[in-house]
Amino acid sequence: MKIRTRDELIAKQKKYKASLNSQRKQILICAGTGCVAGGSLKIYDRMKEIIEEKGLRCALILEKEPHDESIGLKKSGCHGFCEMGPLLRIEPMGWLYLKVTLDDCEEIIEKSIIHDEVVERLVYQDETLKSYVKQEDIPFYKKQTRIALEYCGRINAESIAEYIALGGYSAVAKALFDMTPQEIVDEITESCLRGRGGGGFPAGRKWQQVLNQPEEEKYVVCNGDEGDPGAFMDRSMMEGEPHRVIEGMLIAAIATQAHHGYIYVRAEYPLAVERLQTAIDKAMDKGLLGKDILGSGFDFDLHISQGAGAFVCGEGSALTTSIEGNRGMPRVKPPRTVEHGLFDKPTVLNNVETFCNVPPIILNGAKWYQGYGPANNHGTKAFALTGNVKNTGLIEVPMGTTLREVIFDIGGGVKGGDFKAVQIGGPSGGCLCISATEDHLDMKLDFDSLKKVGAMIGSGGLVVMNDKSCMVEVARFFMNFTQNESCGKCVPCREGTKRMLELLTDITEGRGTMEHIELLEKLADTISATALCGLGKTAASPVISTLQYFRDEYIAHVVDKKCPAGQCKALMTLRIDPELCRGCTKCARMCPVGAISGTVKEPHVIDVSKCIKCGACKDGCSFGAVQEQ
Amino acid sequence: MTNQEIAKLDEILQAHDYNKTLLIAIMQDIQKVYRYLPEEALCYIAKKLKLSEAKIYGVATFYENFSLDPKGKYVIKICDGTACHVRKSVPILEEFQEILGVSEDKTTTDDMMFTVETVSCLGACGLAPVCTVNDHVYPAMTPEKARELIQKLKEGAANED
Repeated sequence: MKIRTRDELIAKQKKYKASLNSQRKQILICAGTGCVAGGSLKIYDRMKEIIEEKGLRCALILEKEPHDESIGLKKSGCHGFCEMGPLLRIEPMGWLYLKVTLDDCEEIIEKSIIHDEVVERLVYQDETLKSYVKQEDIPFYKKQTRIALEYCGRINAESIAEYIALGGYSAVAKALFDMTPQEIVDEITESCLRGRGGGGFPAGRKWQQVLNQPEEEKYVVCNGDEGDPGAFMDRSMMEGEPHRVIEGMLIAAIATQAHHGYIYVRAEYPLAVERLQTAIDKAMDKGLLGKDILGSGFDFDLHISQGAGAFVCGEGSALTTSIEGNRGMPRVKPPRTVEHGLFDKPTVLNNVETFCNVPPIILNGAKWYQGYGPANNHGTKAFALTGNVKNTGLIEVPMGTTLREVIFDIGGGVKGGDFKAVQIGGPSGGCLCISATEDHLDMKLDFDSLKKVGAMIGSGGLVVMNDKSCMVEVARFFMNFTQNESCGKCVPCREGTKRMLELLTDITEGRGTMEHIELLEKLADTISATALCGLGKTAASPVISTLQYFRDEYIAHVVDKKCPAGQCKALMTLRIDPELCRGCTKCARMCPVGAISGTVKEPHVIDVSKCIKCGACKDGCSFGAVQEQ
Repeated sequence: MTNQEIAKLDEILQAHDYNKTLLIAIMQDIQKVYRYLPEEALCYIAKKLKLSEAKIYGVATFYENFSLDPKGKYVIKICDGTACHVRKSVPILEEFQEILGVSEDKTTTDDMMFTVETVSCLGACGLAPVCTVNDHVYPAMTPEKARELIQKLKEGAANED
């Protein structure tokens, strides 16, 4: 049934809220990609069975009328603590259970749903064995502030009713009835909301430019082509709070007087596409998208456009041309997307997270938003914390939070070794590290601070690396990625990245010289200065940044022919310590090329000329006698 | 192409209103049917959409997800995104390649059962290293788990027959 006026929306919100609040208990099972892979959907099914077996009232969708006895069972968006999944939250107590299995379901229902007891063995314990029952008390969550991810993991991701119950779409009503387009743009400008996709361009200025265009036909496009390896914030928002994304886009449309919208989602995110499509269909049903929204006379239609696997389509002009059904290649700018965007019309193009920040700014005002983060960098930022860190997952912190807080307080510290560096901003970004000359741990994470040290916030991937990571190999890895993804339109990127990759491969395989390093630097300069689009211009950043902070590691590779981290196979020499070798012959049997010889119970030796450095002997030795040099 | 195949293509084109700008979506639907993009099917839609074959070929070869070669029944994608890479995804890829006798250049087994590919990032970084088999995500992979997975898939396929 359509919601035809603002009053009807307010009435609906009251009704839904009453129904939601009446639920005696709520079970929120994380149904983000991570927990689904861990089997959370089976847990959902099992929970449903048990609740019904016990004769309890199980509400899979929000009921029309309040029922005091009803148990809400919901698939929610990502709770963020992916390392500990599948996750399950129980409301109204706010308890979080970790690593839930099918065998735990019965006990959870019996103790926590029927009674009010905690299942102790499923709650989070820190290293000192201290238990944390409430989600908000767990150190991983304690330092976080959730604005963009506000509803992610808190509501049934597929339910528009629950979203409305918590005040969803009231920002749209405010934008439609209480504000002029110019006032909306001014509010966003004043809030200092900057594009969360990487560049950090002020969203308000972009909107203003589109609003100023005299043309009738305009578009709002959401960039959900989150291609940076190691980033999954946007995916979580599209999966966990699709209505928030839609609401943000709708406000942008009202502000710029655009009547058509597209969400471009990468093909690797099938669940996000499904949830968004469901959300769009439901919003259409309720009259929150389509013609005459809430009786205001404003029309807005929204479509999903799926990518087909091209990283460069995250670049604005490539993305719009891809929606038009072409090869996704960037073009020379200006003209900018705000003038000539999708179908050559003025277009607001923002990232998913940017749009998710819009509704609370409209509701609470720019002043409220300015309360978070340092000047000119207001708000929060979602990060995907991954790599060699104890607590991997999705986090959101106020801008200006230090790296130390993120890695050690929230992330729980480094795994498998000491902290060496963190790669931020994906293939366009750089490294923050502790090295002989630098210590970035107390650096503030915000647009301007990062820019000063040659890194960028990027879309928000934070990959932590321990001392066993080779920085030259990391640079080679990113160059390989960029080279693969270069669209081939401009020479500097197409040819330059290829040559840089060759040079880096030479270095990691022991053929490098000092000239290699010099040439890398020259090429990096040229590509950055001359490439056509953002992908090419920043392609060299990982190399420049690692050369700046880990030059000695490069030199060790080319001069001493050694990889200090022991990662580059070609530079590794294996030898057997005669003191430790017991002569068990296991390594000689395991060696695929017969490079190891020796008699039983005598120390064995490796013939370096035959050795292919596969490491099988090292992995197989029970006495730790095979060592790298 | 059989009449049945043509009817299927017409159905896909119709669902997209013969709209040229929806070319990528149309080709995605065709790939869902065939698991790749057969040449005849592309020539057919070129005619129907009034686009040149060159244009269609251009789009089909630009995007990583489109394949002009038939793929195996099980498409195994090993994530080599940054998070998976630093948590050692390469040995997993090598294990799959070794068991199945495929390589970077020859990605599909001769019996058309398995295709092994790498993918830049699946966005499941919290569970690194991961791989997917026909879009089902397998978390925290190891070379041993890779072996078990192939065994399981082979048994599953044998049972189907």
